[in-house]
Amino acid sequence: MNSQIVKLFGFFVVLFALLIIWTTRWTVIDASALNANPLNSRTVILQARIKRGRILADNGAVLAKSVPKPGRQWSRAYPQGPLYAQSVGYWTGENGNAAGLEVSDNKYLSVTQTGLNSVFGPLGGNQTVGNDVYTTLDPKAQQVAQQGLAGRGGSVVALDPRTGAVLAMYSNPTYNPSHPNAPCNNSCQVDRATQGRYPPGSTFKVVTTTAAINSGKFTPNSVINGDSPKLISGVPLQNDYNQSFGPITFTKALTDSVNTVYAQVAQDVGRPTMTDYMKRFGFYSTPPLDLPSGEVFRSVVVGPHGKELAPASPNEDIGRIGIGQGGLDVTPLQMAMVASAVANGGKLMTPHLTDRVVNQTGQTIQTIQPTVYSNVMTPATASQITQMMRDVVDEGTGTPAQLGSGIPFAGKTGTASIGPTGSNETVPWFIGFAPANNPKVAVAVMIEKSNGGFGGQVAAPIAKNVVQTLLSEGK
Amino acid sequence: MSARNRELFGLIPAALLVTAGFAGVFIQRQNVLSNVSLTYGAIFLGLCLVAHICIRMTLPNADPYLFPLVALLASFGIVMVYRLDSTLARQQAQWFVVGLILFVATIVAFRDYRKLEQYRYVIVAVSLLLLILPRLPGIGAQVNGAYLEIRVPGGLSFQPTEFSKIGLVIFLASYLRDTRQAMVLGARRILGVTLPPLKHFGPVLVIWGLAMVALVLLSDIGSSVMFYGALLSMLYVATGRLSFVVIGVLAFVLGAWFLGTHISHVHARFEGWQHTLNPQLYRKGVSYQVANGIFAQAAGGLFGQGFGQSIPSLIPFADTDMIYAVITNELGLFGATAILLAYLLFVFRGFKAATMSRDSFSTLLAAGLSAVFALQVFVIVGGVTRVIPLTGVTLPFISYGGASIVANFVLLALLLLVSDRARRPVAR
Repeated sequence: MNSQIVKLFGFFVVLFALLIIWTTRWTVIDASALNANPLNSRTVILQARIKRGRILADNGAVLAKSVPKPGRQWSRAYPQGPLYAQSVGYWTGENGNAAGLEVSDNKYLSVTQTGLNSVFGPLGGNQTVGNDVYTTLDPKAQQVAQQGLAGRGGSVVALDPRTGAVLAMYSNPTYNPSHPNAPCNNSCQVDRATQGRYPPGSTFKVVTTTAAINSGKFTPNSVINGDSPKLISGVPLQNDYNQSFGPITFTKALTDSVNTVYAQVAQDVGRPTMTDYMKRFGFYSTPPLDLPSGEVFRSVVVGPHGKELAPASPNEDIGRIGIGQGGLDVTPLQMAMVASAVANGGKLMTPHLTDRVVNQTGQTIQTIQPTVYSNVMTPATASQITQMMRDVVDEGTGTPAQLGSGIPFAGKTGTASIGPTGSNETVPWFIGFAPANNPKVAVAVMIEKSNGGFGGQVAAPIAKNVVQTLLSEGK
Repeated sequence: MSARNRELFGLIPAALLVTAGFAGVFIQRQNVLSNVSLTYGAIFLGLCLVAHICIRMTLPNADPYLFPLVALLASFGIVMVYRLDSTLARQQAQWFVVGLILFVATIVAFRDYRKLEQYRYVIVAVSLLLLILPRLPGIGAQVNGAYLEIRVPGGLSFQPTEFSKIGLVIFLASYLRDTRQAMVLGARRILGVTLPPLKHFGPVLVIWGLAMVALVLLSDIGSSVMFYGALLSMLYVATGRLSFVVIGVLAFVLGAWFLGTHISHVHARFEGWQHTLNPQLYRKGVSYQVANGIFAQAAGGLFGQGFGQSIPSLIPFADTDMIYAVITNELGLFGATAILLAYLLFVFRGFKAATMSRDSFSTLLAAGLSAVFALQVFVIVGGVTRVIPLTGVTLPFISYGGASIVANFVLLALLLLVSDRARRPVAR
């Protein structure tokens, strides 16, 4: 009978192995899916027992904190209300009902215990306290941005071109993060800065200029004919007021935002090179901002039927793309990255909202280090384009952005036409950076709908105020 | 080192575990180390020492690992139950004492356990009676759809199937010892299938049929799987005929299919097993228990959330059927695996005693007891981990439950008796 017993024991070993395999399946293989299952109230209760860390502005102003509620639990409060809703986000405690840094920095804020620490950790005390997250956001600039938009739909993004730190990021309309699911008008939950996509208009000429000069095909002094209208892809293209400029320099064409010149330049540079430079600036990819991936949209070219075109698709009207139309669909964050790349001598830094993580004893346990996202152009090209963009603010379409007090501002206006042909509706833009000789702030301002307003008149003053505020803050 | 000294040293980890475990729970509760935890540890160690001395005096040659393994599992169980409910833990500790008394009584009364054979029909009759008891009005009680408990005046409840499993194994060991030769020699091939002779197999079938009817009446599929598995295991060990087992399994699958489609309580268990995360079944309560067991395990991860960190209120029957989910939640995959390995080691030592035995009855008895024990662990842990549909049996020595603790101590006593006889030096 002994050989049967040995076989029988072997059978039980197999049965027990099944038990261990299945336990492994739940504890390791399927664990994260199960923890996120909407039926699972355990995760929610455990999360609510954690005193999540605070989220703070760069000066220490509290943007999000935990307040006690009955039953050993905590809930979230947002002392600044709607002003930071799009970047800080919200945390309801329900599975999947959360957004912004509350999600992307959850690993710091909630400090979920792992490893041996969890066996012995709880013996030290029965409350888990998360770490504080300091953001790069400047409260004053944030307020100035909100005042500047003055209730109009739009967005302001300000970056430190040297580090990629997001100094201000505001989108109008906004919502109250304490009641994130309350119904509201005009898609208030959509963060225009990272999810709103609009034609960039002439601000995109900075990208075209970069492709033209850095590829060696043009210089700031190249002379190009600026007559209007010009046939581009078989359809006549006009300058504003159908003005003809005759032969003018490339610099002058940027200063006065001459469409016909830029459409020719884009066609001369060619689709492959234009696409290459767009990619260098970050178009076609999701910007590497530290928000949840679904909350940041990439900037693309959309075909006539609303379908996204592949990079360098033969359906692209590269001449009109060169002037920021032709189906270009871009976020304010992407345009701030364009300004930032020129400002930083051609090196585009990775944008980030998180600055550092501080534990409960006040020790900084992690600091986000600046990293180069992309090498867009040579420093020589960057300084030539900076000079051209200075002319825009000094004497061209961007004069309303002038900072005065001798601080040079390099910028570019944009006024994209939207709506049906013949309609007056525009998206006014301004992008730029200051001080032009030692850039510390790069900015993009977008108003999503204006009745014929130009970027120089509508968007440039807001950019000016935000930049002035940030520079006076010592940024 | 002698077998008994090895056993004595084997108790040290159990005592350390119970002390550390209570200390952990106390710190968790009050942030202070209470000397009560040390007292608990000391009392537990004292009880184990008493049992050890008893084994030393009566069964000097018995397997040295079986008792320390049980002490380890039982001490772990008492800490776990204490962590869930301190009142239940006190009752559990009392049952532990009762179990030890019955353990000693069994060893003393059945020094020569082979005299059990004389009472095999009495034993099987009592076992079947015990199975039916919970269905009787007045003392029976329905738990979670199945008739499992009897209520004794004084507020105690009792699951008699725990004792039936031992009685049935004793009966089968004795009966198969007598008939196993005849079954093999008299086997005939009918339509290409080898069947045992009806004459000898008949009584097994009759008794088994009765047991199955009782279980259908009680709707207790967990025990049914356990008993049926034990029968097939013993039949296989006795005859070496895999074909008998295959026929048995097929018959069981048919029966299970019938139960699954005709008894709503059983059908619900199947549904809850197959579609655990279906929101409708979950909200209806059909898969709520299994799903929350799985969620608890998922939250445990590799190392667990730590003692006292799980939320037992989310798991129905956390202290009995679902205790494995709590263990995995608090001690993680590693802790749960360690417990399973301790069980497997116990089963291994039981089978070892079976192979060392010199007579067929002893071999069949030890193999049957080890098999029924292993099956009990598999049925409940398999149910909690969704390997099979969840049915309520206790996790031996760990789950809260008086009958379970006491009956399993009797099972341990019988295994020790068999192993002592098997390992006794032969006088020449």
